[in-house]
Amino acid sequence: METPRKLASELTELLVDSLIELQEFRGQLTLVIQPETVLAACQKLQAAGFDLLAALTAVDYWPKQPRFAVAYQMYSLERNQFVGLKVLLADDRVDLPSVEQVYPNANWHEREVFDMFGIRFRGHSDLRRILMPYEWEGHPLRKDYPLGYEEVQFSFNFDEIERRKKYVKD
Amino acid sequence: MLQPQMEITVDELRHLVSDRAVQGETMLLNMGPQHPSTHGVLRLLLELDGERIVNCVPDIGFLHTGIEKNMEAKTYEKALVMTDRMDYLNNLGNNLCYCLAIEKLVELDVPPRAQVVRVLLTELQRIASHLVWLGTHALDLAALSVFLYCFREREHIMDIFELCSGARMMTSYFRPGGLWRDLPVGFDEAVRQFLSYFPKRIQEYESLLTDNPLYIDRTKGIGAISSEQALQIGLTGPPLRATGLDFDLRKAQPYSGYEEYEFEVPLASNGDTYDRYIVRMEEMRQSLRIVKQALDRLPKGPVRSNNRKFVPPPRSELGHSMEAVIHHFKLWTEGFPAPAGSVYLPVESPRGLLGCHLEGDGGPKPLRVHFRTPSFANLQAIPILSRGHLVADLVAIISSLDPVLGDVDR
Repeated sequence: METPRKLASELTELLVDSLIELQEFRGQLTLVIQPETVLAACQKLQAAGFDLLAALTAVDYWPKQPRFAVAYQMYSLERNQFVGLKVLLADDRVDLPSVEQVYPNANWHEREVFDMFGIRFRGHSDLRRILMPYEWEGHPLRKDYPLGYEEVQFSFNFDEIERRKKYVKD
Repeated sequence: MLQPQMEITVDELRHLVSDRAVQGETMLLNMGPQHPSTHGVLRLLLELDGERIVNCVPDIGFLHTGIEKNMEAKTYEKALVMTDRMDYLNNLGNNLCYCLAIEKLVELDVPPRAQVVRVLLTELQRIASHLVWLGTHALDLAALSVFLYCFREREHIMDIFELCSGARMMTSYFRPGGLWRDLPVGFDEAVRQFLSYFPKRIQEYESLLTDNPLYIDRTKGIGAISSEQALQIGLTGPPLRATGLDFDLRKAQPYSGYEEYEFEVPLASNGDTYDRYIVRMEEMRQSLRIVKQALDRLPKGPVRSNNRKFVPPPRSELGHSMEAVIHHFKLWTEGFPAPAGSVYLPVESPRGLLGCHLEGDGGPKPLRVHFRTPSFANLQAIPILSRGHLVADLVAIISSLDPVLGDVDR
């Protein structure tokens, strides 16, 4: 394992055109980069030996802006090192390039982020919902989505419950 | 009126099946979600040419319970119980991953005794998890007796967990800063008893399967994958090690004091179903070694951190210390605050890399908890592993990845 400082300077040099900020928190490196450059950054990281996409997820900072962050974790077997990538997305434009062509396993992880946060990945081969039902409305892990309960509808009270449902269809 | 169910037509999945499916040359067949060999509620859409699989489209989410959303609504300590319910064969492993993430976020120390107990119990859990895997895997290949033997031994481990925590499966025994309480009387004896007879039992399972020509026919060369492909598709754990890549976080980035134990990381070379079996069998032996070492070195001392801002005071103090009562009250009503910032904590679960992305915002509830679960990631490899194999082999391939659907859907 290299020292974080050595890795930090190497990666800063590698991603110099897209880097916004280098964060170090509890001994972990996170590179905050510009959203549009994420695909190129992943290509460079993969070439630098980070061959496993260990995690891909999103965070919702609502009501703060920029609202969303998409966080990647890459692992290099050869260096035995994790590194985090992070992009920040504003509320009005929630799409960014997919990294599926660099890390094929991003496919399901990006689908999950799309399903849960409504962040769209451009160039994704199969951007469908993955965990929620196909016809679901809304993106449950957004902070403005209530943690509620759904009343069970039976045939005798279906219409009654349908009327007061939060996500009633018109 | 009940609304008509939205139908999924071939058009929507057009990009996932071959042209021959549209022309009707190949057959589309639904498998699951209620199928005994899918280890839960996994649905697969198969495109078949005769009995050969051309394409396989997994459909998951039937067991989605919104654990991550629920955890955001609870304090850090209360959210712990949700982690048990994720991967229900690796409850203590999930507890460990989440506790380590909290401890990293708030910089909390864990006393040595608690660390050793954590390693000991997680390794027992790994054995229990592999036993369920072995039993169900053999059952899928029509070897019923292995299933019965495996569950017999697993019950002994479950008894040990029950002794410690009061629950067989949903233990919540590891808490941020240590353990719920110290080990009970009779723990040492129960584990030693298990250690004394279990090695013979592993031999027994191996005598039933390892050289069994029927078993070899069903597993050798089935669902093989190369190391490069496995890494690309995000396979970790025993399926990755079966391809020959030495990646085990217990060795690579030791946590909880794993660096102090002697054990090996079993590897194989072909990356097929049989090799995954070999790797897991050897892993059980290695886990047993770790359990034995942990039990021999079990230090005396406290099992919880003494930092009262994060860990509740012992009950005995509540009767005479006002300060203890205040801490207790604050911790159980408001919870403890964690700083703004995110940590990613990976551990080695029986199924592979289990990573917890935990983000705090300065308040007592997590802003975001995400689990990179190994079952979810490994399941993605099913289309690659199953291409060109028979439908009957798909059953062996699914079980060789050991997916736990609660872990997949969370």
